[in-house]
Amino acid sequence: MSNHSDGIGGLKYDKSKKAWPNELNIFFALIIIVLVFEALGQLLPYMKGQSMLFDFNTKRDGTILNIARIKIIILQVSIIGIIALGVTQVIISGGIDLSSGPLVGAAAMIVMSFAQTELVNGNPNPKAVFGAWAFDLPVLVPILVGLLFGAFIGLINGSLIAFTGIPPFIATLGMFLICRGIAQWWTRGQPVSFPTDQFAWLGSGMMPVFWFLLLALLFHVVLKYTVYGKHTYAIGSNEAAARMSGINVKRHKVMVYMIASMLAAFAAIILSSKNLTAQTGMGQFYELFAIAMAVIGGVSLTGGRGSIIGTVLGAMVFGVIQSGFTYIKLDAFYQLMAMGGIIIGAVVLDQWRQRSASARS
Amino acid sequence: MSDDIILETRGLTKHYGGVHALEDANFVLRKGEHVAIMGDNGAGKSTFVRQITGVEQRTRGEVIFDGQPVNFAGPLDAREAGIEAVFQTLALADHLDVPDNLFLGREKTKWNWLGPFRFLDYKAMRQDTLDALQKTGVKIPNIRNTIQYMSGGQRQCVAIARTASFHSKLTIMDEPTAALGVQETAQVENIVRQLKADGEPLILISHNMRQVFDLVDRVVVFRRGRICANLDIKNEDVTGEDVVAYITGAKTQEGYEDAA
Ligand SMILES: Nc1ncnc2c1ncn2[C@@H]1O[C@H](COP(=O)(O)OP(=O)(O)O)[C@@H](O)[C@H]1O
Ligand SMILES: [Mg+2]
Repeated sequence: MSNHSDGIGGLKYDKSKKAWPNELNIFFALIIIVLVFEALGQLLPYMKGQSMLFDFNTKRDGTILNIARIKIIILQVSIIGIIALGVTQVIISGGIDLSSGPLVGAAAMIVMSFAQTELVNGNPNPKAVFGAWAFDLPVLVPILVGLLFGAFIGLINGSLIAFTGIPPFIATLGMFLICRGIAQWWTRGQPVSFPTDQFAWLGSGMMPVFWFLLLALLFHVVLKYTVYGKHTYAIGSNEAAARMSGINVKRHKVMVYMIASMLAAFAAIILSSKNLTAQTGMGQFYELFAIAMAVIGGVSLTGGRGSIIGTVLGAMVFGVIQSGFTYIKLDAFYQLMAMGGIIIGAVVLDQWRQRSASARS
Repeated sequence: MSDDIILETRGLTKHYGGVHALEDANFVLRKGEHVAIMGDNGAGKSTFVRQITGVEQRTRGEVIFDGQPVNFAGPLDAREAGIEAVFQTLALADHLDVPDNLFLGREKTKWNWLGPFRFLDYKAMRQDTLDALQKTGVKIPNIRNTIQYMSGGQRQCVAIARTASFHSKLTIMDEPTAALGVQETAQVENIVRQLKADGEPLILISHNMRQVFDLVDRVVVFRRGRICANLDIKNEDVTGEDVVAYITGAKTQEGYEDAA
């Protein structure tokens, strides 16, 4: 088998020199980060030679991996990861969505109000939001209410951006505050609790991981193999060209933001189900963490570049770092500072990579 | 009106606020005819193209295409009616590869019942891309590379292959060789000759006198937003110096005194 294939006009093209996919870089970064934490586990005196991801006592789960911690890492990033899938396509289209975190809070409050059960241990639900009609509704009701709410918020975001031309940063920043307001206004700040068993099942155990991976697969296919995906990249790459080519850019942007907000609302459903309660402050920093996952995963903030595989890997990097900080017993405030540094580093690295790529050609 | 006219404009006018970029343009293009539009920078050539292709909405005047008065709401309308344009600022998406760009906005798809989420038929698009580019003589090592690092000529050929591969009733190219080297220019000119052989009409905007005299049947000169000459270079004794004189305003053709 030859590595050469014929290009157009008789040019030879060496397939083996194909551009190195960025996803592989992120994968290697992930491994290096794990190794760094493993090394710290050996070197830091107070760690007493613990390992982060390995557990050589195979009796516990039959493997040399610390399955319990690996599960926790993935579980931790799954819900924000669902938001990151939506944010990925927003950023690829050349936009940004800052409203997803507060949207999680507002959607969780609303969704949970439609997911309440009548009797808690035989007593009437002490946190009832509506009257008796809203108790023990089929699980589809809160799901649909949540997705509709998300679609509505996304419709406003997208329409503002597409039709008034205000920058996505401003439109979604406004929506950020509006959603925080909605979350508090809904029950005047009271938490909403005690969901039906069906609803509680949605986010129980490892279910968030299942949803995350399922949605990641779905959106991987959507972005890579459908017209919707191609147009999302085209708009982020060159909006004027997309318009000249006959793509309905405005309608497409509205769709992009609607899908992003629906994913955030779905994350709210899973999160409130997992926690068995909804509180106004839920989802704090989620918008930033979701953006961070995408950016670490190689999604370019200038639009046109990135992938779902990258974002999933970015989410893993995010989870490993977060969990690693806890594992080396770094205090929470240092964690935030370090996280900020890592996000800045990821963007700098990406720009450096783009520059060196253009220098090569 | 004879039905061998593919495009006619009557009193086509475009003002940008106080800027009279295009004033009262009366222009006729016959089927199969290749016409060059020449004129200084800022003469209104690109503006003229943008009014015909629906990229912008004209201030006043009429556009008659293929026998019908038309009011294109956007470039897609114009394209669906059969007008293909290569704009001066190439409408290409840097992060996409060659087939993606060739088919941008009119992808070959399958499972169309999925609506906006219908699937791309990558295989068919790649094959068509190879076929379309093979004719142009352009050299592209791998059509699946993103076009951001391709040379000006390669990008231009992608843009032109896009228009040439969808059989259209009218092709418009706005300064297609302005940024190209000698060889690349020759490739573009080959595409133009192919269009002529296929009997497809063309409007070519160009500053290159040699190219214009080599390729087209007729030259229309724009000056300060107005048409100032209509020169049948195939049948009349017109020289490059004459055309330059019209472009600079040293001469104005009879019947176009308004433009003086
Ligand atoms: N969008 C616009 N707004 C204001 N003025 C414009 C716009 N587009 C073009 N013009 C002006 O219209 C005139 C004609 O421009 P153009 O058609 O691009 O010229 P050409 O293509 O012949 O070089 C120029 O004076 C230009 O500055
Ligand atoms: Mg021009």
